[in-house]
Amino acid sequence: MSEINNKNTSGIEKDKFFAPENEKRTVTAPDGQIIEIDPLNDYFCGDAPRVHKPHKNKLFESFLNWARAESIWVLGFGTGCGSIELYPLLTPRFDAYRFGIQMAPTPRQSSLMIISGYLSVKTLKRVVRSYEQMQNPKFVMGLGSCTINGGMYWDSYNTINRLDYYLPVDTYIAGCMPRPEALLAGFNHLKKAIKEGKGEGANKYAENFEWYKANQKKIIKDWNMPDYNW
Amino acid sequence: MKELLQRLEYRFDVSDIVQKRENQTFLTIDKKHTISLITHLRDIENFSHFVLLTAVDWIEDNLFQLTYILHNPEVNIDIAIRTMISRDNPEMDSAHHLWEQVATYQRELKEMFGINFPGSPGVNDSFILEGWDDIPPYRRDFDTKKYTEETYFPRPGRQTNDPAEYMKNKLYPNG
Amino acid sequence: MAKNKIINWKPDRSKFPDIGQDGKPVVDLASQKYVKIWHGPNHPGVTGNMSLELTVNGDEIVDAKTHVGYLHRGFEKLMERRKYIQCFPIVCRMCVAETDFPEYIYAAAVEDLANIEVPEMAQWLRTLVLEMSRLQTLLRVVPGQGGTIGLGLGVQWGVYLRDLILDLFEELTGGRIYHMYIIPGGVRGLLPDGFKNRMEEILKKVDDYVIRLTSLMYDNAVYKKRTIGIGVIPTDWVDKYGIVGPNARAAGFKRDIRKDNPYLIYGQLDYEPFTTTESDIFARAVVRLEDLKTTVDLIRQIIAKMPLNGDIKAKTPNVLHWKIPKGETYVKSESSRGEFGFYLVSDGSEYPRRINLRGPSYTHAITVLEKLLINANISDVSALMVSLQTCPPEIER
Repeated sequence: MSEINNKNTSGIEKDKFFAPENEKRTVTAPDGQIIEIDPLNDYFCGDAPRVHKPHKNKLFESFLNWARAESIWVLGFGTGCGSIELYPLLTPRFDAYRFGIQMAPTPRQSSLMIISGYLSVKTLKRVVRSYEQMQNPKFVMGLGSCTINGGMYWDSYNTINRLDYYLPVDTYIAGCMPRPEALLAGFNHLKKAIKEGKGEGANKYAENFEWYKANQKKIIKDWNMPDYNW
Repeated sequence: MKELLQRLEYRFDVSDIVQKRENQTFLTIDKKHTISLITHLRDIENFSHFVLLTAVDWIEDNLFQLTYILHNPEVNIDIAIRTMISRDNPEMDSAHHLWEQVATYQRELKEMFGINFPGSPGVNDSFILEGWDDIPPYRRDFDTKKYTEETYFPRPGRQTNDPAEYMKNKLYPNG
Repeated sequence: MAKNKIINWKPDRSKFPDIGQDGKPVVDLASQKYVKIWHGPNHPGVTGNMSLELTVNGDEIVDAKTHVGYLHRGFEKLMERRKYIQCFPIVCRMCVAETDFPEYIYAAAVEDLANIEVPEMAQWLRTLVLEMSRLQTLLRVVPGQGGTIGLGLGVQWGVYLRDLILDLFEELTGGRIYHMYIIPGGVRGLLPDGFKNRMEEILKKVDDYVIRLTSLMYDNAVYKKRTIGIGVIPTDWVDKYGIVGPNARAAGFKRDIRKDNPYLIYGQLDYEPFTTTESDIFARAVVRLEDLKTTVDLIRQIIAKMPLNGDIKAKTPNVLHWKIPKGETYVKSESSRGEFGFYLVSDGSEYPRRINLRGPSYTHAITVLEKLLINANISDVSALMVSLQTCPPEIER
């Protein structure tokens, strides 16, 4: 484990972006105890993601897929303007709870990440971190035309054009902005795909991990975090 | 409004007075006297509300225009103060001691235009962008389309039409 | 609610560390007495996509710093390379909560520079759309202030009613959120048949909702206990830090641009801005509720006084080659958060030279919030943010 960790941290250049709180140091606790802290090795796991193969028993696998599809927990991270249509979606008018869709406050409890609209470079860094903290199986939904080809902001210097170069996308919902009905249709499409065993975004991410990382590092210029930190 | 402008003209070397509407005036003053004019307006003439500070890039004249807009809530008039600074090594006196939120505007201008405000708190901290290594993006010579095409991965199939040409071809296909 | 007017309130720093040169405390994290916590951007209690870097001692906040920039799209740059009419569809995307205000101030700024007179009917329609936009925001925000401390029922009712308003918007303009209705020179269409009756039906529901919300939230002992006396903005901060809109009205300043500098047809409408002097979270919630009532009243007045038919668009030159005369202007309007202004510079060409949006959150979310959070309890952070009604897209555009 320590080898992996060393390999992991050595890749980080100690440049101007390196946060001082990430440095190795010794601190004295209020009770006089002296503690050594190396945040990058202590708090993060350096293991790369692995491909999760389906269960040998097909019946059991289809049961698991049914369970996954019927309890989609959405990470409450409004990354863009599309998050304003999530209010009607979760209130009595459209009521997404009847499809088993619910908001979850932390990445570790959620299985679906909704990228609601344009994604600026600064947010992408947080999104990548949040996505990697989510437990398998996990899915990504791209909301609005900005995630498909940049949409209104195709020539903006700060928003990405294609989301599928940075994260594996399971469903796209077109529109600017998509209506709650379109969102419900998208959820149903995602559920159908999961039930058929096609929601393999996390495995795709693990297989093409280096390609995704290279794309992410190309635009996130101050990469001051470990490559993988779940 | 007229009396106020007369008083200002008497005390300061203001020029280019444009009164677009009854309650709004734009005027120009040189760089040295800007902060003292703003202080005068705030303390003597009751322009107590600071509306905004922004910059305009006049690349042809090699100048940056800084615009300070102040508002007098008692008589409801706006006054906008323009000042021109050089585009090479741009620098301006900070006004954060008058209103604290001016420091935020100056932080943004430092990041987006590269105008320096020495002494302004936190002016060198990144505000909006993170890890930006190109020229400041709001300058006119920064080409956002070229930057996007080089950095991000444009989805093929996007077509750009000149709207005038396109409508001409559509309405009169035979010329 | 009976309290004295607080003139000069300063955060109590006596038990906290030294203040550095930049006015910020020097916190020694290695002493293990302080912990740094990030509130957002991925947090259920944060308004939009922004984050607060909090340094806490126990559950008391020692220092706070606002981080923005997560929603930056570079509008001001994008609009420099679009023609005036190409700017019109993207300008409403600047603020997702109230899309009509940037639309209106952009149109008004262009008309101001090009010296275009807008027909009277278009002005009535614009006012109606702006007030509807304010109503739909307030229906989300007023109960949302209770939602931040766990009172979710009002939000469920409010967002349902907001959806009915969005249906009316869809009828009128074709879009639920982004309307692209107020075009430079006028508006895009007249009211559909029966629109006024359907509006009145919804307004009756809103009236009913206000009564129910008052007993649910404003008479609620827990809500009062959590909000009265917390997050007080002293009166001398209002000019010092540029506080506008409902937050200034809650501190006793009668500031409302609709009243002070009447634009559109607000001069013909009859209303009075509501002010209180308590200036805490509860007082701001009361001001917003009164704003909601005022808005309903204004929509009724507009519908009653509005002419039936008329010109809705002034004659403009060919928009593909529309050259705006050289000049600059600043146009402002009163959104539900306060002064919303647009600074437009034209150099006489077909493209705008420079555009700058002035949003009220620029000061509320950074300077004021950073100050108010000091000495606050960590459980009040969300309530404070929503009570200031911070909206990050207008800070970074």
